[in-house]
Amino acid sequence: MAKGPRQLLLEHADERDLTKLSEYEAVGGYESLRKALDMEPGAIVEELLASNIRGRGGAGFPMGRKASFLPKPDQATKPIYLTVNADESEPGTFKDREIMFRVPHALIEGAVITCYAIGAETAFIYLRGEYYTEFEIMRAALEEAQKAGYVGAAVAGSGASVTIVIHRGAGAYICGEETALLESLEGKRGQPRSKPPFPAISGVYASPTLINNVETVATVPDIIELGGAEYAKLGVENSAGTRVFSLSGNVVRGGNYELELGTPLRSLIYDIGGGIPDGRELKAVIPGGSSVPVLAANEVDAPLDFDSMANLGTFLGSGAVIVIDDRACMVQLGLRVAQFYMHESCGKCTPCREGTRWMVQILKKLEEGRAEQGELDLLLNVCDRILGNCLCPLGDAAAMPVASYVAKFRDEYQRHIEEGGCPFGAESSLAGVMAPVDQHHAHMRSQIEVPVHEFA
Amino acid sequence: MPESDLYREIQRVADRYPVRRSAIMPALHLAQGKHGWLSPDALREVADALDLSPAYCQAVASFYDMYHLEPVGRHTVEVCTNISCALVGAQQVLEAFEEELGVHAGETTEDGEITLRTIECLGGCGWGTVVAVDHRYREPVKPEDVPGILEELRGG
Repeated sequence: MAKGPRQLLLEHADERDLTKLSEYEAVGGYESLRKALDMEPGAIVEELLASNIRGRGGAGFPMGRKASFLPKPDQATKPIYLTVNADESEPGTFKDREIMFRVPHALIEGAVITCYAIGAETAFIYLRGEYYTEFEIMRAALEEAQKAGYVGAAVAGSGASVTIVIHRGAGAYICGEETALLESLEGKRGQPRSKPPFPAISGVYASPTLINNVETVATVPDIIELGGAEYAKLGVENSAGTRVFSLSGNVVRGGNYELELGTPLRSLIYDIGGGIPDGRELKAVIPGGSSVPVLAANEVDAPLDFDSMANLGTFLGSGAVIVIDDRACMVQLGLRVAQFYMHESCGKCTPCREGTRWMVQILKKLEEGRAEQGELDLLLNVCDRILGNCLCPLGDAAAMPVASYVAKFRDEYQRHIEEGGCPFGAESSLAGVMAPVDQHHAHMRSQIEVPVHEFA
Repeated sequence: MPESDLYREIQRVADRYPVRRSAIMPALHLAQGKHGWLSPDALREVADALDLSPAYCQAVASFYDMYHLEPVGRHTVEVCTNISCALVGAQQVLEAFEEELGVHAGETTEDGEITLRTIECLGGCGWGTVVAVDHRYREPVKPEDVPGILEELRGG
């Protein structure tokens, strides 16, 4: 039977104001914490392993395995930390925002249980700076949880002690990368570190650190309530449980929808999302945030799970489904995506810093009809030389999608060269979009351009 | 020199962290809130409070988009033009703001009241176009909503 909507994390959030502690408690909130405190910490990690939950941030690494890489509390020579990655910034993704906005206590409860399981006394929630309303909601929920004794010394009357610090970011996509996040949390510029050592061994303040996404941590109370084995029955093989998918772009009902993993992409777009508005045709879908390769319209029957997406050469990523109708020019899409990653490159690794800029230059020439035949291959060559050659995946995040747009819509790229301009013109939904990287130069359009042929 | 309120507030924040340098981001947020932007004086206050150099504070501040190292308007209007919003008309919303305000993206109105800029994905993609007005999200915004938003902002 086809999978579909299934509320676990957002259960009761439609009927009740779960930002209030009393409401959250009324539907069983913090019961999982009490249950967890009666368990051995190691047994909780076993439940996480048994649940097969994979990280909801983008990389999809199994949470239980990540936790098991940490030193055991009695063997650790330094304090162990939990860091919750709430720096949600992948274009198309807005699920963590909704989780914090509607079920902040699930995140707090999950963080306290996780701290207890790994022997951490401090959790940092690195919260995206732009999410100011969500920061206020999280702060109020944390105060309520502290007053009720769920956070602080002697959690819920036990011997465990957990402090939670909410740390606001300040606008940098790269800080969603785990080691950049740690640098930023330490009070530095958010530039990724070289790995190894991995954060489990040497993370924040060179201490063992577990880093997990908001959604992953907020799911922990459900896993404890159901038991790992029971949770693992939800979803499909290699993709256990539910995920909150962010649906956006050219679709009637955009929004966040919690679905059992394995739900067909078509069902999300058409049954739940109401299909494509204004009588337009579906052209393409980005299934996991702007950094993943695109799917063509004839690939939407695939189920939304890790393996099915991998079979199509793409990723489930952050679960952000961006729907693109037939008005969009795929060169403009490539340009806008490349502009984003150029803006967000931290500048540490040359292939990413220079490569994303180079991609933008070539894509602009293509869009304006000034590109010559060799430059399309040059674009793919630049993508290829970024891939896998940097400390973190930001460069890959620009190279992979753009290379996929060329691969799947090569005719459209070719037409820009042959016709000496954009075949869509002003009719494209993405025509003339002003990217932040361009606005400072808005009055001096004659930018200095690297003579790309000399490097070709 | 007597300790300022900002100095004391930064100390209070720094106590939350095992290492005081971690407080630089909240301290910069606080200083910007007080001064409106991170002027050389503001950076010096943060540096003094955390025993760091002003140059270090500037190096950190310049990494992050939300810290302003130049003066900005009393209000900020930030229009997301990333792909989800762009697909549903963000450029038309931006142009409506440009026309109403008489400035281009990246500029401040002559009276110093409003800075207009485009911004990368704000995380409201399903309800595009997302516009952050003084860091509070308005979603979805259509071009016809623009005059009302500005009237409210100028009246408030």
